[in-house]
Amino acid sequence: MSLLAFAPPRSGDFTAALRVRVRHAAIGLLVPLTLVLVWALASARGWLPEQVLPAPSYVWQNLRDMAASGELAQHAGISAIRVAAGFAVGAGLGLLLGIAIGLSRPVEDYVRPLFTAVAQVPTIGWIPLLMLFLGIGETLKIVVIAKAAFFPMVVNTAAGIRNIPVSYKEVAAVLRLTRWQSLRRLILPGALPSIFTGVRYSLTKAWTALVAVELLASSEGLGYLLVWSRQMFWLDTMLAAMLVIGLVGYVMDAMLAAAEARLQAWRIDA
Amino acid sequence: MSRTTATRIRRGLTLPVLLLLVWEAASHGGLVDPRFLPPLERLADTAWREATEGRLLGDLAASLARDLVGFAIGTVLGLGFGTLLGVSRGAERLLGPIFHAAKQVAVLAWIPIISVWFGFAETAKIVFVALAAFIPVALNTHEGVRSASVQLVEVGRALRFSRWQIVRRIFLPSAAPAILTGVHLALIYAWLATVAAEYFMTVGPGIGGLIIAGRERFQMDLVMLGVVILGCVGFALNQGAAAIETRVLRWRGA
Repeated sequence: MSLLAFAPPRSGDFTAALRVRVRHAAIGLLVPLTLVLVWALASARGWLPEQVLPAPSYVWQNLRDMAASGELAQHAGISAIRVAAGFAVGAGLGLLLGIAIGLSRPVEDYVRPLFTAVAQVPTIGWIPLLMLFLGIGETLKIVVIAKAAFFPMVVNTAAGIRNIPVSYKEVAAVLRLTRWQSLRRLILPGALPSIFTGVRYSLTKAWTALVAVELLASSEGLGYLLVWSRQMFWLDTMLAAMLVIGLVGYVMDAMLAAAEARLQAWRIDA
Repeated sequence: MSRTTATRIRRGLTLPVLLLLVWEAASHGGLVDPRFLPPLERLADTAWREATEGRLLGDLAASLARDLVGFAIGTVLGLGFGTLLGVSRGAERLLGPIFHAAKQVAVLAWIPIISVWFGFAETAKIVFVALAAFIPVALNTHEGVRSASVQLVEVGRALRFSRWQIVRRIFLPSAAPAILTGVHLALIYAWLATVAAEYFMTVGPGIGGLIIAGRERFQMDLVMLGVVILGCVGFALNQGAAAIETRVLRWRGA
C-alpha cells in the first residue's frame, strides 16, 4: 500500500486504489461490528448480567452524557496537563543528559552504571516508594511521568550522537568549528532522527505512567475515572474511560508517526 | 586520557558509592528522618530477616511462578495469532484493525475490566500477565512473518511444500529474529504486569503485595527491599533473554 502512494497519480489507479482501501476498511470493520452486535444481542437477551457487561448503548449513552456535562473533558484535561508537564520535564532533562553522555566518554563512564541500575526497576515499581517520599499530590504524578519519559530520551539521544559518522566530526574539526557551532550544525541535526525516536518512546511511556499513577493514587483524571467506576461497579463509565484512554493513546501515536514520516522526508531531500 | 577497564570501573563506581555514603551519613547524622531514609545496615538487616524468617522467598516464588505461567500462555497465543496474521491476508484484513486498535489501550487500563470478569485471585492476575506478553509477541511475529522473502516462499511452492511446511520451514525461521525481539519484550512486560497485577489485586503472596503492604505500614525498608528485588529480577530476566537471543541467532552471524 505504501508503495502505491508514491506512484505517479493516474486517475484510473487512484479510483482503483480508493476502492481497494474502502474494501479493506470494510473488511477490517467486520469483526468489531460483529462483536458489538453480539454484545448488544447478549445484553438485550440477558445472556450476560449487567454487572459483567452493560449494553453497548449504555456505554455510548454514558460517554455522551459525560461529554455533554463536561465531566469527561475535565478528567481528560487534568490527565493531559499532567502528561504534558511530566513529559516536558523528563524529556528535557533526558535530552540534556543524553547530549552530555553522547559527547563525553568520561560522563558516560561516570553515569552509565548508575543509570542502568536505576532503569532496571520499572516505573510502576517506583510509585509506592515515591508515594512515601512525596505524598500523593500533583508532585508525585509529575515526577513519575517525568521519570518514565526521561530514560528513553537519554538512551536514544546518546545513541544518536554516538552514531554520527567519525568522518563528519573530522570535517567539523578541519573546518575549525567551535564547540557550539559543531553542536548546532553537526551533532544535533545528525542525531535528530534518533532523538525523535526518543520523543516518541518518551511520550508513550509518559502516557502509560500517567495511567499507572492515576490508578494507584489520584482523585481526578482518566485513570481515576477507571478505578472509581470499577469500585462503584459503573461498568458503562469504566468501558467509556477505557475507550477514551485508548483513543488518546492512538491519536498521540498517530500524530508522532506522521511527524516522523515528515522528518524522514526531510532527510531524503537533504 | 587512557580509557582502560580499570578507569571505567573506578568512574562507574564513583557516583553509586558517593550516593550510598551521603545516604548513610544523612541517615545517621539526623539530616533526614530515618523513617524516610533508613540506614543501609537496617535495610540489610530487614533483607536478611525477611529472607530467613519472613515470607520473602515465598513472595518471590509466587511472583515468578505467576510471571512465567502468564508469559508462557501469552507467548504461545501471540505466536499463533501473529503467524496467522502474517501468513493469511484475509486474517490480517479481518483481525488486524481490531488488534491494532485494542493494543492502543495502555495495558494497565485493562486491569479493572479483567478484575470484573475474572475476580481478584490468581486467574485474573495470570490473564493480565498473559495479555501483557501476548501483545508484543503477536506484533513482532506478525511483522517478522510478513516480511519473509517472497522468493523463498516461491521456492517452497516450487518444491511442493505443504502449507504447514512453508510456515515451519520458511516463515518461522526467517521471522525468528523478530519473534525473539517480541519474546524478549514480552518477558519484560510480563514482569511489569506481574507487579502491576499484584498492586491492584492484592490477594495472595507476591513481591508487589509486599511493596504495597510496606507502603501501607510506612515501612520504608520493606518498600526499598521490594524495589531492589524488582530491579534484580528484571535485570536477570533481561540478561537471560539477551543471552538466549544471541545463542539462538548464532547462525545468522556466519
